[in-house]
Amino acid sequence: MTIKKLLTGNDACTYAAINAGARFFAGYPITPATEIVELCSELMPVYNGNFIQMEDEIASIAAVIGASLGGAKAFTATSGPGLALMSENIGFAAMAEVPCVIINVQRYGPSTGIATKFSQSDVMAVRWGSPGDHSLIVLAPSSVQDSYDLTVEAFNLSERFRTPVILLSDAALAHVREKVEIREPGELNLYQREKPSGPVNGYLPYGTLHNNVPVMSNFGDEHILRVTGLVHQESGYSSDNSQIAEELVQRLARKIDNYQEELPAPFFYGRQAADLIVVSFGISARASLEAVNTVNSEGFKAGMLELRTIWPFPRKKVKELCSGAKKILVVEANHGQVREQLISCGFPPEKLRGVNKQNAEVITPSEVLLALKEENS
Amino acid sequence: MKKANVAINKDLCKKCAICVHFCPKEVFTIDQDGYPLISRLDKCTGCRLCFLRCPDFALEVETELDD
Amino acid sequence: MPSDDYKQYVAMDRLPSIWCPGCGNGVALKALALAFAELEMPPDKTLLANGIGCSGRVGDYVRCHRFHGTHGRTLAFVTGIKLVRPEIKAVCLLGDGDCSAIGMSHFVHSARRNVDIVTIVINNYNYGMTGGQFSPLSPYNVITSTSRSGKAEPDIDICKLADLAGANYVFRTTIYHVVEMKNYIKEALGKKGFSLVEIVSPCPTYYARYNKIGNIIKQLEWLKDKFIPIEEYNQMKDAEKENFFWRGRLTNRDLPDLYQHTRRSRG
Ligand SMILES: Cc1ncc(C[n+]2csc(CCOP(=O)(O)OP(=O)(O)O)c2C)c(N)n1
Ligand code: SF4
Ligand code: SF4
Ligand code: SF4
Repeated sequence: MTIKKLLTGNDACTYAAINAGARFFAGYPITPATEIVELCSELMPVYNGNFIQMEDEIASIAAVIGASLGGAKAFTATSGPGLALMSENIGFAAMAEVPCVIINVQRYGPSTGIATKFSQSDVMAVRWGSPGDHSLIVLAPSSVQDSYDLTVEAFNLSERFRTPVILLSDAALAHVREKVEIREPGELNLYQREKPSGPVNGYLPYGTLHNNVPVMSNFGDEHILRVTGLVHQESGYSSDNSQIAEELVQRLARKIDNYQEELPAPFFYGRQAADLIVVSFGISARASLEAVNTVNSEGFKAGMLELRTIWPFPRKKVKELCSGAKKILVVEANHGQVREQLISCGFPPEKLRGVNKQNAEVITPSEVLLALKEENS
Repeated sequence: MKKANVAINKDLCKKCAICVHFCPKEVFTIDQDGYPLISRLDKCTGCRLCFLRCPDFALEVETELDD
Repeated sequence: MPSDDYKQYVAMDRLPSIWCPGCGNGVALKALALAFAELEMPPDKTLLANGIGCSGRVGDYVRCHRFHGTHGRTLAFVTGIKLVRPEIKAVCLLGDGDCSAIGMSHFVHSARRNVDIVTIVINNYNYGMTGGQFSPLSPYNVITSTSRSGKAEPDIDICKLADLAGANYVFRTTIYHVVEMKNYIKEALGKKGFSLVEIVSPCPTYYARYNKIGNIIKQLEWLKDKFIPIEEYNQMKDAEKENFFWRGRLTNRDLPDLYQHTRRSRG
């Protein structure tokens, strides 16, 4: 059944997780993600799941990874300082190929910053917070509805690709209350991780690949599982062989980067083949869209690209949709972290105008409007 | 009468000599390459301490002899 | 006594191990495998989880489920595993540095929560893997690669700490005391809740060399002479105690474990 409810972004993420089948939550309170921790403490027991408040964020993501290896869909929620603490274990999950979901509600940083206030400045931190070459998936919702839909998607993708998936929410989205259509489990397409079916004897946890993703058992299953953050062979036993290392690390990237068509594609609004294109994500995409609609009603030819998958960066789509533009405005509440990605896509810097804000407040439609008008004159 | 059989696997032995020094019956000596040598098997009581203390799974003691 | 049953838990084909000659890690692994065999633990319901360090490689030589995460965090990972798979018997085998330095908070909180885990700490008084630096458990004044003129900080007794924090079972022994070691690992495996078995272990390559203890034989003799039963130790005068360490069972109780607590709170 689809029901309509008035929810905050944090609530929407929590209900989505439960409806996607998450039955394990471990976390540590941090503004502006705390409500997710609190709601999970109430809901998990009701759904016969587990809630545990750990001693810190390092332990929280560790418990989530452990629960996932036990077969549960598991997640945590945090914000900048907690994300920083989770980094090492997120890298472990990427290396050992453990599905898990991290809701990162961005707040103003660096460091403790302003705990209650907004920013979009974790774009690079979610991608490269953990050392070593690896790929992972990051999705950015722009509304409360989107928070619901993309959280469900985050669980599906983490199970499908056996990788950490980070939902990049923010302090504004987390607390705004909007009407949400809640599709319940029966109407959701839910992906369950594949389980081994062959003989138990001689089973190799990393030996059978489907689309470059290993078909792994869970701890406690009859197929014996071996998991390590060290470079490992198909058996799951460690190895320091350079060829095995290279093959493993390249596969970890390939298994995601070569299947990008399965990830949420960017939304395109406004005029096709426009001279002016706005690129944005998250809540800033809403101000951007409003501004683009306004100028288009005044006769401009502006388009708007809302990124939904932030990582891997949808280079192909962005190039395809923006290549004809004379000017691209990149709207983001940080110093220009997405703009850097467009430069790496080959767009000349002088074509790219950053519309940035670093004062802990959301970007308004009139600010985008002003920039659009300046560019059109 | 022989109470036990002791076998050393040289492929696994790292020549630490723990078995040699802590056998209560001084069953072992050390050979010229540094490996333990089973010299006085007749003294062996089959206590298995050498087996338990060997860090490298190189030593087995068989106690249920059926002669 | 069955002689070969323990081999079903050991990846014999992966031996010899990476450990130095005489290292205690292999002795502990064998004691653990023997305990598993005597209890006839099904390998698919048995998990060995390791810290990072020389002792962390124990899992490279077992045939049951095996987990090897990040330095110090093993107990937090396994807390998650145990909540969703309570039927698994989980053993966390950690180095002294892994457990008492970087992992100290998870250690204390796991004992406090009384998570159903058997934690075996291989205490070789130093960081073997990184070349013999001191750990919080290295005794006061000992020489290590980061305390060339003697460790300036006091150490801590993790057995007392685990007892205070709420563990159900605490035992200390040494690599010399092999029969005792196996028997009490077995006893710990039979308990519910958090168990700690601290095994003081030789590191011939670093700790023994820096502290001029001599070869592995001398080290094992040192363990044999210095570690006396807790009952005897408690009878000693304070001045005498300074020359000895206790071994034996400190704690044995049956408080509810984390899983029971979480289910009970549901009513
Ligand atoms: C976060 C992190 N910091 C440091 C290290 C480096 N490191 C690897 S093992 C180790 C210490 C191991 O000592 P211990 O736990 O006593 O185990 P042992 O090697 O003696 O068995 C350290 C510091 C690491 N792997 N990860
Ligand atoms: S079984 Fe006992 S007596 Fe026999 S060789 Fe081994 S340690 Fe010595
Ligand atoms: S204890 Fe084992 S490794 Fe050491 S010398 Fe004896 S057989 Fe060899
Ligand atoms: S360095 Fe020490 S702890 Fe590490 S394998 Fe060698 S003897 Fe064992």
